[in-house]
Amino acid sequence: MMDAIPSSWYLILSALLFTLGVIGFLIKRSLITVFMSIELMLNAVNLSFVTFAHEWHQVKGQIFVFFVMMVAAAEAAVGLAIIIAIFRARATLNVDQIDLMKL
Amino acid sequence: MHLVLFLIFAAFCLAGAINLLLQTHPINSALSLIVVMSSLAVLYLLLGAEFLAAAQIIVYAGAIMVLFTFVVMLLNVGVEEKTHGSKVAKAIGFPAVVVVLGVISTVILQAEKHLGVVNLSDKITTTQELSKVLFTDLLLPFELTSVLILIAILGAVALARKDGGQ
Repeated sequence: MMDAIPSSWYLILSALLFTLGVIGFLIKRSLITVFMSIELMLNAVNLSFVTFAHEWHQVKGQIFVFFVMMVAAAEAAVGLAIIIAIFRARATLNVDQIDLMKL
Repeated sequence: MHLVLFLIFAAFCLAGAINLLLQTHPINSALSLIVVMSSLAVLYLLLGAEFLAAAQIIVYAGAIMVLFTFVVMLLNVGVEEKTHGSKVAKAIGFPAVVVVLGVISTVILQAEKHLGVVNLSDKITTTQELSKVLFTDLLLPFELTSVLILIAILGAVALARKDGGQ
């Protein structure tokens, strides 16, 4: 049984997850699911950070992931509060109807 | 063993992410995202990042996703409406997605011969090593994250107040 797998497999998985996050960002119409897609993209980037940290035997890559997690936690708190505020004002979470900043 | 574990949890990861896109109800998407995050924790463990595996479960799969499901339940969000969507997103977005995936994969595959392999018996980065760097070289950024979280909490409370933060 193969016991060593190439680092690039982890990186490819990370790229696929990131792409799925971008697709979700584009096709989903519910604001809260769009927000989940952003979390998916952050997670994909975290995976490549950990892979590179392992690749070069560095601790700093993992520390970056820690900081990304903290920023994601703060972002989730503020973002969900904004979602609640938007829902109160508009009574909808459909991104097609929340287009104040649309050109 | 490593290959089997990697394949199982990579498959879980991708299946969860695809399921997130296919589901129309936000609560189902949130549950799929929990699957993705939990399997990522196992992948971190395979890469020897034990602290991050625990933090992934606690912070992401625990705290952030509880927040998500809580908001979905609080707002009583229904099934997503099917609309035509943005034409710009279709015209520019999807080609851009393909290009991004193509560029990233090309770069990774070209660099593959320079990259090493991951073994299950590789050295594990212990929490002790991580905290040594975190509490010496990066003490100031670490302390600043507490300020960031505090500001985020205050901002969330101000935004979500009933009278709109007046």
